[in-house]
Amino acid sequence: MADKKDTIPATLTDEQRRKVLLGMAAAPALMVPGVSFGNAQFPTAKVNTTKLAVTDTEVIVGQLHSATGTMAISETGSIQAEQLAIDQINAMGGILGRKIKVIKEDGASDWPTFAEKSKKLLVNDRVACVFGCWTSASRKAVLPVFEKENGLLYYPTFYEGLEQSKNVIYTGQEATQQIIWGLDWAAKEKSAKTYFLVGSDYIWPRTSMKIARKHIETVGKLGKVVGEEYYPLGHTNFNSLINKIKVAKPDVIFVTVVGGSNVAFYKQLKAAGITGAKQFLLTLSVTEDEMLGVGGENFAGFYSSMKYFQTLDNPNNKAFVEAFKKAYGPKSVIGDVTQAGYLGPWLWKAAVEKAGSFDVDKVVAASPGIELKTAPEGYVKVHENHHLWSKARIAQGQPDGTFKVVAESADLIEPNPFPKGYQ
Amino acid sequence: MSFDEIYNIALMQGFAGLSLFSVLLLMGLGLAIIFGQMGVINMAHGEFMTIGAYTIFLFSSLTETYAPGLMQAYFPVAIVFAFLIAFGFGWLTEWALIRHLYKRPLDTLLATWGLSLGMQQVFRSTFGPKEVSPTLPDWLMGSWAPSEGLDIPINGLFVLALTALVTGGVLLALYKSRWGLRVRATVANRPMANATGINTKRTDRLTFAIGCGIAGVAGAAFTTIGSTGPTSGSLYIVDAFLVVTFGGAASLLGTVASAFGIAQTQSISEFFLTGSMAKVLTLLLIVTILMIRPQGLFASKIRR
Repeated sequence: MADKKDTIPATLTDEQRRKVLLGMAAAPALMVPGVSFGNAQFPTAKVNTTKLAVTDTEVIVGQLHSATGTMAISETGSIQAEQLAIDQINAMGGILGRKIKVIKEDGASDWPTFAEKSKKLLVNDRVACVFGCWTSASRKAVLPVFEKENGLLYYPTFYEGLEQSKNVIYTGQEATQQIIWGLDWAAKEKSAKTYFLVGSDYIWPRTSMKIARKHIETVGKLGKVVGEEYYPLGHTNFNSLINKIKVAKPDVIFVTVVGGSNVAFYKQLKAAGITGAKQFLLTLSVTEDEMLGVGGENFAGFYSSMKYFQTLDNPNNKAFVEAFKKAYGPKSVIGDVTQAGYLGPWLWKAAVEKAGSFDVDKVVAASPGIELKTAPEGYVKVHENHHLWSKARIAQGQPDGTFKVVAESADLIEPNPFPKGYQ
Repeated sequence: MSFDEIYNIALMQGFAGLSLFSVLLLMGLGLAIIFGQMGVINMAHGEFMTIGAYTIFLFSSLTETYAPGLMQAYFPVAIVFAFLIAFGFGWLTEWALIRHLYKRPLDTLLATWGLSLGMQQVFRSTFGPKEVSPTLPDWLMGSWAPSEGLDIPINGLFVLALTALVTGGVLLALYKSRWGLRVRATVANRPMANATGINTKRTDRLTFAIGCGIAGVAGAAFTTIGSTGPTSGSLYIVDAFLVVTFGGAASLLGTVASAFGIAQTQSISEFFLTGSMAKVLTLLLIVTILMIRPQGLFASKIRR
């Protein structure tokens, strides 16, 4: 790099010098001598050969979440985190010398609306990429559109796996990353032999429980499943289930109950005398966001398996939490998916700079192997299969509603959206 | 498994059924008055419950901030306010919307459905899209354990007591008070009631408002069991209509019997089958019985 520095004309202002340096760091191969103004190094004609919404000063991206409807509860955090990352990137000078401008669309918790809005973003607005979706149903609805129009989606939620697309980067965990390590930990730490599985009745809990059952009974040989129950979304009466659990006396209750049911479930567990002090419970569906509704006093002592918790102790996370609270108020909380949402814009920035282009094909080609050392969760890397290498963590709920991290996988866990032996 | 354990589980399971019964009854009671007595299909009934629930949440956060010493005592006061606030909104709704639509029941359905969507968005804008949960006083949490291995949920006991109180109150008011007499007269024969000097318009408004107020109390009670979000009301509305229709629309006793029947079927089958299958079985039973008795369990004798 030292000799290249010499090629910068001495007349450059600090601002220009910084941009050139940024560009050099990102794509040394594209160095053009004789830079005299902002984007000569990355002329629009060169970084955008597919008629995307990229000008000399600006690049337009889309954001597609539910700001209204039932899912707004969950998706608000992702919207905020993605916006925060974009603001921070813009404050650093943007991407390839261009500021990011966001077009926000509301999927309104309605899957056909998601498909329609994604088409609008890709066809009419020609956005360079989209950060969005939360539920698997919304992702499945937009997937054909992204594949047909060759768009690029950064999807933040932990999900059931069994999917891989050229046009999607999955920044959350696929099922095995969240389940297998957590179950092994439970079996080792708590010498658990019997497992009771409880979930809401839709695709994510059912697929997750299928993997869990396979792992418990066949692959991992941890013990025995003594019960498996699913309840409709929004179900609020769990007293009969709780009695069934009392009859089965499992070592572990393994839970994937979501939404409003979550709150009812934990309130009634506590009311029935099943508390963290007496019973080991591990869930895949309680983050800091859900904790607001559930209440720390109802979840205290139970365990959650995630890759990120707000209380993670590392410098990246401290800076992230501080910036997030500054932007959205001291009472705001950050859950696993919110953090995964925050990764999206940064991973895209790194891929665009590596590719030296906004063209989707080039960005996709550059994505595998992209690392993010500044991730709040620590360190992540994009896998060939478009999912992230990341660590698994277990944390225990505290009475004040925070999580205390009690275990962390030693290594990054490889994403494996199509696990063999678990089908 | 020992005999003691089976005995305990049976007791707890029995209580689970009772507790579901009280929840369903509380849900259906307000609607039984509005739908059963007045014939108004109020799709916004769930949102009036949500008003009650948010009232509790508001009281809990205010108490926590300004008078933490009163945390153990705020709950009963908040329930009274939940009733009053829902009552007030009910009064307003009747005056602004419902009274213009008495002769057009299908339009009422649309209008109140629109109202429910509007109210949901107001909740969302005011309280945020996230689900909230009030901080409950300690005496409402945990379980009462009279013997080893037997845990009776205190929140369940509380809802049961509250339901008994409200149901008793409503029955008493309907059959022993002047208001009750006017309501029954209006339901039986409106022109004749008018002719005897009963102000049926005023009666309607009061009846609707009382129904909404009871919905507010129900919502307040449910904060001890579940959480509150802008769309919580839509979770309750189907069950509420189910209870009232199955019981026989114009009969309060029918509502009680129907809530009991549905609750026991659901809770017992949930224990022996899976959750989803239990729901299927319950609904199948209800549909079958309604096919045989379209007027519901208890039909009241009124002149049509």
